[in-house]
Amino acid sequence: MVATGKRKSETSSQRPIIEGRGISKFFGAVTALNDVSFELYPGEVLGIVGDNGAGKTTLMKVLSGLYKASEGDLLFEGQPAHFNSPKDARKLGIEMVYQDLALAGNMAIAENIYLGREPRNKFGFYHLGASQKMARKHLSNLKIHVKSVDQKVEELSGGQRQAVAIARATAFDAKVVIMDEPTAALAIREVGKVLDLIKNLKDRHISVILISHRMDDIFYVCDRVVALFQGTNFAESPLEDTSRSEVIGWIMGTKENPGELSHDRVE
Amino acid sequence: MTESSEGQKVADQDNHTLETHTRPDGLALRLLPYIDKYGILIVIFVMVAVLYVTQPDVFLSWRNITNIFKQTAVNAMLSIGMFLAILTAGIDLSIGSVMMLGMMSAGVAQFAGMPWPIVLILAPLAGMGAGLVNGIGITKLRMPHPFIMTLGMLFMARGLGNLISGGVPLTGFPDAIRFLGSYQIPLGEYDGTRFNLPVALVLTIVVYIAFSLMLKHTVLGRRIYAIGGNPEAARVSGINVDAVLITVYGICGFMAGIGGLLLIGRTSSAFPTAGTGAELEAIAACIIGGASFFGGRGTVLGVFGGVIVMGLIKNGLNLNNVSVFYQQILIGAIIVIAVFLDVLRREIGTRK
Repeated sequence: MVATGKRKSETSSQRPIIEGRGISKFFGAVTALNDVSFELYPGEVLGIVGDNGAGKTTLMKVLSGLYKASEGDLLFEGQPAHFNSPKDARKLGIEMVYQDLALAGNMAIAENIYLGREPRNKFGFYHLGASQKMARKHLSNLKIHVKSVDQKVEELSGGQRQAVAIARATAFDAKVVIMDEPTAALAIREVGKVLDLIKNLKDRHISVILISHRMDDIFYVCDRVVALFQGTNFAESPLEDTSRSEVIGWIMGTKENPGELSHDRVE
Repeated sequence: MTESSEGQKVADQDNHTLETHTRPDGLALRLLPYIDKYGILIVIFVMVAVLYVTQPDVFLSWRNITNIFKQTAVNAMLSIGMFLAILTAGIDLSIGSVMMLGMMSAGVAQFAGMPWPIVLILAPLAGMGAGLVNGIGITKLRMPHPFIMTLGMLFMARGLGNLISGGVPLTGFPDAIRFLGSYQIPLGEYDGTRFNLPVALVLTIVVYIAFSLMLKHTVLGRRIYAIGGNPEAARVSGINVDAVLITVYGICGFMAGIGGLLLIGRTSSAFPTAGTGAELEAIAACIIGGASFFGGRGTVLGVFGGVIVMGLIKNGLNLNNVSVFYQQILIGAIIVIAVFLDVLRREIGTRK
C-alpha cells in the first residue's frame, strides 16, 4: 500500500470497525477497484477523495452492500462480513446517505426517518405517535431543529433535507455512516451546518466515511484522508500531516510539485 | 490550520443548528391545506345547491339520493382500487375488463350449478387473480410502465371473459348473489314516504372507511404513499417495493370483482359489454378527487367526492332532461379544470 505520513491518528489505537483488504471489483473487462485496502476506526471521520472514476462510489457501494467485491475481504469489527444487500450491511449498523438523498417529499419528516422500519403498535398497525415522538427525540439529540416533525420534506431546504437524511441513517444504532457528497447540492450557508452535524456524529462515537470533492469539507471535518487514483490506493494521511494542495495533487495522481496543480489556491 | 478556516467561517455564521426558515405565509398559502382537504366538498355543495334549485321536488328526495348512491356504487368500487394504483404513480387500465371477467366467472359458476357462496366469492377472486398477474408483470417482467401491462390485461381479461361465457349474456341470478347490488334495507315509513337503505350504499361507506384506515394506519398504507413519493427512496429504505405493488394491483383487481358483483345485482346479468370504459370513469373520479398522477398524493375522502361529483352530474342532467352528450362534455371539462387547479396548487404550495 502506498502511504504518505504513516503516523496514525489518536483514534487508531483501537481495532478498526471496518477493514478492507485487497478489495477488487470488476465489471466485465473494466476494473473499477484494484487491490484497495483501508481501515476505518471507531469515532473517526475518514475522507475519501479521488477524481471521477477513481472508484470512490464503487468502494462505497461495496461497503453498503449494493455491490459484491470480486476479490478481497471485508472485515467488520475484526470478523469477515459478507453483504448480499444493503439490508445485511444495515443489520451491522452500516448506513448510507445517498447523494440524491432518497427521501419521499410527499411524506412527513418523522415518516421519512423511519421509512422501511416503521414503528408498529401491539396490533401490528403503524404507530404514528411513536414515530413522531422518536423522531423529535432523535432530532433533538442531533441538535437538528425543525418546525414540526409533521412537516413535509418537500417543504424543506436542501440542508434540512440533508439533515433529515442523516437523521434517518442514524436512527437505529448506526456505527458507520457513509456519505456521498453530502454538501454538493447545498447553498453555501447550509454547508457548515451539515458539516457540524457530521462532527456531532463523531462526538457520538459514530464513524463516518465522507466522499467529497470539496477540500473545505475534507479539511473541516475529517481526521484522515485516503486518496484513490484509477481504482487503486494512491495515498493516505492524517489530516494534520498534509495540506490542501497536496491532497489535490493526489486526486490528480501526482505527489510532486502539487502547488502548481492547485486550481483554487489563493495568490 | 489555514485550510479549515473557510469552512469554520461558514459554520460560525449559524448557531450550529438547522432551523426551518419560515416563509411569509400568504392567504392563498394558508388556505391551501384546507382547499386540499375540503375543496371537493365545496364543489359538491355547489352542485347540490344548483340541482336543488332546478329540481326542488325530486332532487333531494330520499329515493333520488339513494338512487345516486346505487348507481355510483360500481364506480366507487373501481375508483378506490384505481386510487391505490394512482397513489403508487401507476395506473390500472384493465379494471373494466377485469370486472367483466369476474362477472362472467360468477355467471359460468352459477350456471354450472355451484352453490351461491362459491359463485359470490368467485367474482372478486377472479378479479384479484387478474390483478396479481398485472402486479407480477409490472414488477417481475420489468414493464416500463403499468400502462402497458394493464393495457395488455384489458384485452386479455375481456377475451377470457367472452371465452368462458361463449360471448353471450348470462342472466338470472338468485337473490343471494344480487343482495349486494339490489337489496334495500327497509328503515320504516315516515310521513307517507318509505325509507330504504341500499346495501350498495352501506358497502360503499364501509369499503371507503376501511381503505382510509388502511392507508393511514397500516405500514402497507404508508409504504404505498412512500412509493408514490419516491420509489427509489422506498427501495433503498429496505421496503420490498415489488411486493407492495403486486399487493396494490391485486387489491385493485379484487375491488373490480366486487364492482362486478354490484353490477350483477343491479342488472341480474353478466354481459359481454359490462365495464367497457369503466376504467376511464374510475380514473376521472380519482382525478376530480385530487389524486395526483405523479403518485403519493390524494385522499380517500377526495376520491369519494370525485365519485359523488360524477354521480351528481349524471343524475342532475338526467333529471333536467339534458342530453347524455352534454354529460360527456361536462365530465371531460371538469377533469381538465380539476387538474389545472392541481397544477396551480402545486405552484403555490412547493418551493421552486
